[in-house]
This record gives sequence, C-alpha cells and structure tokens, in this order.
Amino acid sequence: MPRTTPFHDQVEPLNQTGVWKHWSGYLVAPQYQYSLTSEYYAIRNAAAVLDTSPLFKYRFTGSGARPLLERVLARDVGACAVGRAQYTCWCDERGYVLQDGVVVHVSEKEYLLTAAEPALRYFRNEARRLGLTDVEVEDVSDAFGILAIQGPHAHAVLEQLTDVATPLRYFGVARGIVAGCDVVVSRTGYTGDLGYELWIRSEDAGRVWDALMVAGVGHNLTPIGTTALKMARVEAGLLLMGADFHNARFAWVDEERETPSELGWGWMFRKLDDDGRDFIGRSAIEAEVRDRTSRWNTVGLAVDWHDYERVYSEAGVLAPHHEVYSESTMSIYRRSDTPWEYAGYASSFLTSSLLRRPVAIAKLPLDLTTPGSEVDLEVSVIRQPKTVLSRVERLPFFDPPRKTALMTGSEG
Amino acid sequence: MAAPEQYDAIVIGGGHNGLVNAAYLAKAGLKTVVLERRHLVGGAAITEELVPGFNFTTFSYALSLVRPDIVQDLDLVRHGMMVLPLTSTFQPGYNGDFLHLGADSWANYHEIARHSPADAEASRELGHIVSRVARALKPWFDRIPPNCVSSDPVEVAAMAELHAYMDGLDPEVRDMLQRFSDCSAAEILDDYFEHDLVKAMYATSGIIGSRAGPRSKESGLVWLFHKMGDYDGVPGQWGFHKGGNGGFTQVLARAVEAFGGTIRTNAGVAGVLYDGGRAAGVELEDGGAMHADVVVSALDPRQTFMRMVDPDDLPGDLVGHIRDFKFQGTASKVNFALSELPRFPGLEGRADVFRGFTNIAPSIDYLEEAFADCREGRFSRRPFLDCCVQSTLDPDMAPPGKHVMSCFAMYTPYQLADSDWETERDNLGNTVQQTLEDFFPGFGDSVIHREVVTPLDIEKVVGLSEGNIFAGELFASQLFCNRPAPGWNQYRTPIDGYYQCGSGTHPGGCVMGGPGMLAAQQILGDRQPA
Repeated sequence: MPRTTPFHDQVEPLNQTGVWKHWSGYLVAPQYQYSLTSEYYAIRNAAAVLDTSPLFKYRFTGSGARPLLERVLARDVGACAVGRAQYTCWCDERGYVLQDGVVVHVSEKEYLLTAAEPALRYFRNEARRLGLTDVEVEDVSDAFGILAIQGPHAHAVLEQLTDVATPLRYFGVARGIVAGCDVVVSRTGYTGDLGYELWIRSEDAGRVWDALMVAGVGHNLTPIGTTALKMARVEAGLLLMGADFHNARFAWVDEERETPSELGWGWMFRKLDDDGRDFIGRSAIEAEVRDRTSRWNTVGLAVDWHDYERVYSEAGVLAPHHEVYSESTMSIYRRSDTPWEYAGYASSFLTSSLLRRPVAIAKLPLDLTTPGSEVDLEVSVIRQPKTVLSRVERLPFFDPPRKTALMTGSEG
Repeated sequence: MAAPEQYDAIVIGGGHNGLVNAAYLAKAGLKTVVLERRHLVGGAAITEELVPGFNFTTFSYALSLVRPDIVQDLDLVRHGMMVLPLTSTFQPGYNGDFLHLGADSWANYHEIARHSPADAEASRELGHIVSRVARALKPWFDRIPPNCVSSDPVEVAAMAELHAYMDGLDPEVRDMLQRFSDCSAAEILDDYFEHDLVKAMYATSGIIGSRAGPRSKESGLVWLFHKMGDYDGVPGQWGFHKGGNGGFTQVLARAVEAFGGTIRTNAGVAGVLYDGGRAAGVELEDGGAMHADVVVSALDPRQTFMRMVDPDDLPGDLVGHIRDFKFQGTASKVNFALSELPRFPGLEGRADVFRGFTNIAPSIDYLEEAFADCREGRFSRRPFLDCCVQSTLDPDMAPPGKHVMSCFAMYTPYQLADSDWETERDNLGNTVQQTLEDFFPGFGDSVIHREVVTPLDIEKVVGLSEGNIFAGELFASQLFCNRPAPGWNQYRTPIDGYYQCGSGTHPGGCVMGGPGMLAAQQILGDRQPA
C-alpha cells in the first residue's frame, strides 16, 4: 500500500478527479479539479496550497552541522545566515550533480534540507569521513509535513495566521505559530511567484490545514496538485529532477550525468576564485570552468508562436495550446543548410496559458546558448516530425516583482 | 542386431543445456539425437505430478539467466515459453518482524526504511552498482571464453582483449567487480547496511547452492552470479515458467523436434566410442550403439571425462583438474502439497506474499550457524530455506484452493560425517517442516504430501555428481577460463569430435542454456572448412 502524507485526511475528500499518483511512495493528487488550468491560475491569480510532504527532509544539528554542509553542498552555505534559506545542489567528486534542494538555516546550530531522493546515509557517511563528531543528521521526513502556499494572495492568507510571514524577504525564514502549532515559515517555493512554505509537525497537520482553509476563503485559496505546480515551475525556469536532470549516482554513463554549469547553475560559483571552500566536486568544477569543458548549457527556449501555428495550420489542424505539459525529450536542430542537424533537446515543454506561447527548458551546445540564438524544435504534427523556430531566452520566462517584493501587513 | 543408427550429432543427456545444444545443431541442419537416461527430458529442470493434481518442481524452481539469444534463435515463445514474474521477496525475521518487498521501488524503499532509512537508501545504490557490474560482464557471459593457457595467437589476442576490456571499465564498476571477486557477501553487505534482516536478505543470493556461508570468501561471486540475469530486462529479477521449470524444458524439447532433432528417452549411455583420438559414437546401456562424428556430453565434468571416456586416454593435467573439481553438493529440496496457504501472523491470507521467494534467513548469524553444521558434516539443524508457493502464481500447479510449495533447503552436505542420507531423509524433512512451523504456525497441519530430495537423490536421479545443482561449484577457480579446466574451457575435449555442453562449462549453472548455445557455436565453427 502506498503511504499517505500527514494531510491526507484533509485533501482526500477534496480530490474531485478520483485520480491519485505516487510520489516517492506517497499518495498525492496530480490534480484536484477537472480543469488543470483553473488550478494553474490559482498560482498566478489568487493563492494555491500544495502538499509537498513527500520530499525527503533532513535536519542537521550541532556545531558540526555547518562544516558538514559546507563540505557537502556545492553552493556556499556560509552565505546562508540564520533566518535564511538557500537553493543549493550537491555533487559527486567528479563535479556531477547528485541532487538539488533548499537548505534552511533555522538557528545557529540547526539546518533543515529538502531533497527529492534519499540522502541520509550519504550525509552521515560524509560526516564520518570528515571526523565530525558534534553533528546529528536526522531523517525527519515523517516528522514534518510541508505545505506550499503560493500566489499573489499567499501573503494575505498567511498574515491572518501569523505575524512572522510579513517581514520575510525572498528566501527569508522564521519560526512562528499557526493555529497554536509551531511551524517554520520560509518565503520560498517552486512556482516563481510570491509564496511561502510551511514546515509543520505531522501531528499538527490537520489543525494547520484547517486554519489555512478558513483564512483562505476570501482569497480563493485552492488546493492544487503536482501537475499545475510543474507547469508553473517551467515558467519560473526551475529544473525538475527526473525530467531536466537525473541523480548522477544512478547513471550508467557520464552522458546521463550533468554538472552544475551544464544545468545553468554556474551562478552558484561566481565567487569561487575568492573563496577557499573545500566542497565535494570543487576541483572538477574549477577545471570545468577553467578548461571550458562543459558539454552544453541548460537554457530557456521560447517557441515562435507564428511558426508553431504555421506547422499545424499547414497540416489543416489546430495548434495545441491548452494544457500541454510534457517531460518527454523533444529534439532540437541547428538552423543550417544541413537538414535535421542535431543540436540538443528540450527536457520540459509547456504551452503557457499566461504567457500565450509555448516555452521549454532545453539543453544546447554552448555556441547556441546566447539569448536570441535561433534553433528548430521538433514537434509531431499528425504523427509527422516538423520543426518550429525557437529562440533561446533568459530564464525565468515569468518573474513578477511580487516574487521578491517586501510585504507590508494589511493592518500596518 | 540391426546396424547402429547413424547421426551427425549425438547429445548425451536431455537436461536443458543438452536440449539447447541439440536444437542449435538441428537448426544448423545436423541430424541430431538427444539421448536421455530417464523417462523424461529436463534433467534437473522437471515438473512432476507426484500427487494427483499437485505438480512439483522436484529440483530447479526459478528462471532468470536464460540467455536472451536462445529465446530468439530457437523461437521458444512459439513453443510455449511463458515466464511469470516473481514479484515478491518475503523475509520473516524474529518476533513477527519481516521484510516484504514487491514490484514498486519506492514501496520497497519505505519497507526497508521501516527497519533503517539508511539501508533503504543503500539498497537503491547497491542495486544500481550490481546491475552495472552485471551489465559489464554480460558480453563475456555470452561468448566462448579465451583459452588462458594457450599460446595460439588467436587466444593470446582474446586474453589481451579481455584485459583491455576490464581496464576500460568505469573505475567504480571495476572496483565493485573486484570486491565481488575478493570478498564475502557479508563483507560487502557491511559496507552498505546496518540492519541484520536486510543483510540476510541480500546474503541469501551469495550462498544458494554453494558450500559457502555469507562470511565465506566465495559468497561474493555466487551472489553476483545470481544477479547476472534479468526478468524482461529488469536486472537481477527472477521469474517462474508456466508449469515450473519442467514446463520450460518441455518447450526446449519441442524446439528440438521442430528443428528436426530426435529425442530418445530411456536411452542411457554407457560410454563414448572413439578410435585413434576421434569420436565415433556412443555405446548404449542396453548394449546397442549409435554412430556420429560429433558427440556432445551435456553431463557434468566428472561424468564427461571420468565415466563417458576412459580417463587414461586423457592428458594427466586435465584428469587432475577434473579430479579436483569441487562438486560437494550442499542443497536439498523439500516440496510440499498443502491444503492451504501458510499463515504468517499478521499477514494471514496474503497470497501475494508468496508470489516470489520466501527466505527463511532471519540473520547473517543464522546463516553462518547453518553453515557451521555443514562444516561439521551434518545438515543444518536450523536450515536456510528459499521457498515459493508456486500455485499462487500458476493455478495449474495445484487443485483449486490447494497449493504446492517448493522449499530449497541448505545446508545439507552430500558427505555426512556420522550418517547417510537414506537414514536422514525423514529427519531432514522433519527439520524443514519444523522450521516452517516456527515461522508459519499451523504449517504442519496443512501438509498433504511431502517430498524430500537429498543431495544423494539429486546425484542418483539427475546424475549431477555429489548433487551439486550447478554441475560444480561457482567458485572463481571453477569459472570462465577454468570451467571445467584451464585449456579445456572451450567446449572441446582432447578427443576430436567429443564436446561438452553441461553447466560445468562456461558460463555455468542455473537454467541458463549458455553452455549449450556456446558449445553449438564451437561445434558448428569446427565443421566449417578451414
């Protein structure tokens, strides 16, 4: 039997579709309503609440917590002060990405970390290898549930329940009390919108959920499933493990592995020349930057609307624009005199309702990654392969000011 | 007396490798006959209706390593091949604890995490690296191994190719392969796991059919060997042939006949006829003879070299290697007809629990203690059991509502120190039944019939020396270039036209067919004009 999240009793009656899927062995709703687009617009128009409890969650405590994370995480966790969160990744010795996640610096000697796949043993082994004695790494996956409250009204919902959300800057973190329950609130999310995530003790899940529902009534707070979330994350330019990259640990060959730079995360290492950090994969990453050995980069790809219309129109059919979200590989070709000259591929594709055009996350050789570079994306038109003009575009595709704007309390 | 029948090729022994070999030879146009001593073909892969309506897999009971080429080349699906997935691994522990793994990797993660989250994580990593190692070795599984003692430039080049291939492997894969070669299963498991029940579950693959405990050095390679196969391309997974492994050998028999081959049962061979170092045919136990330029022994190495021919006619070093070849069977089968499913407290009525392997192996120490008895020359007082209630998979195995349960039992040494197997047969049966009773209360009351198959039975009935189920231990000293002897690992023998194709040749034991296929390649290659 699949496991259920701490919120299952609350969300189970809300799923109008009767469809459930497994996420790391937990039962979750891919969508709650028949209209996926309605769910999607809860994120962009009102407020959406999503149960992301199936993420693996780890807690690092003790004076060894920071040295351990500094060694393991590729991004400089030293720059993540108490009360801050940080999007990060960790790599193997060869500089290939194992996982990404968000690290939360709760207090001086306590960090929380989310991960898509298990990593407890990995972190514990590294602590042992480093000889760190005063660090405890705990798997708190079952101890906490996580709710993401995302969308332009997310703050308006949350401020009714706690005062700690309002002062939070983007990636800020605070402890707070919601419905009498201790929670950790972070101004983070996977939607590229204004939003918060709440770490809630599993035994408090029902109380916090119910309080949120009451607070959300006037704001169209809508439970959303994983598909709407994944649609939004493409617009936000956020990569999905399992779609846009894979854990290097489970690869068979290096062609399946990717470095942070190849994933477009070179910005995590801008200060590498100045810091003496000794993290796993550093020498490989340095060599990659120095010798320019990156095989590709991960970029945004904006599909030319007119050309997309054309290929379908010429075939006598309507171009699909409604709720097309795909994690299947789509080949990309150079626009040259040689037909079908392979260049790369799109790993995620979305016909964005808000942006009114198809967008994709793509892997392209370095000579094609400059914004504005033109390539051909392969689509299937009545089972025939066709190519559509597309242009490299800086990620994210959608980046509203409210995502990072300072909030002011409605009463203050 | 009629003149001896004339064939192009005679295959001695109708086990699965003999059948595979004969099918390939017949397909190539050779007039081929398979001679089987018993009344049915299949060797150790047979299914017998010992009680009306109850079909027993008397000996061999699961499939994984059948070479995929054989399925295609011999058109086995057309002849009825159907392998059902063995989706479950059920590992009872002490005090009601258990591990129950199934077909979903995340569900399995959580099941192991219930015992140890770190072990659940390690299990994913170990599974991946084992699959990578197995994949790296596969090309060498499916080709005739080089002759490591020959100075023939072709063989020297093949050895160089092998070394270059190994050197070219991903270092992580190469290191893990080295660990499998050098270390016991328990040593490797200690690198990955902390929970004893999890370790014991993995360790069982390292001891199956072998005179080795989980802490014996040999158990690393035995483990890897059992992960070399796949089910529908999923590495390391096992399946159950419709009707048992006897169903599979019947498929092979149909393939032989479809290609024009002949199968003779009740046709025991007394010896190979040869003259001036050239094979000429066989002499039958009934006094008759058959002639052929190609004679293939699908028997084990001891039978092939010491019984079918006069060892005095063979080179001394070969005879020495065969004399030293370790058989030392340590496994028995106890098969049950049951009136109902075994009941595990808390999981009563769950048929899915039994649709795969049920391992009675609650800890590494349990397995080591079982092995300690073996070293003392007695069967394990608390045996390791690998069970499958096959009627939960295939309803045709037993009458409706009734069940057959196959129990592979270890350790049961061929050589008992203070007794003999005729004396101990029922004692072994009682010990196995009592062990099952301990984990499945009420088990004894459900037993309708019990069949005890000792190593001596395996030797007498199937012909496998000392009852070794692999036709010789799967130890490094007896694999690849050394199987069955250095210099004689390419299916030929010192007698021209006399070949070997049993599980005692590369790639080895289990229902695999690789030896039969590769021997056919060698035989057909030798017939090509130079």
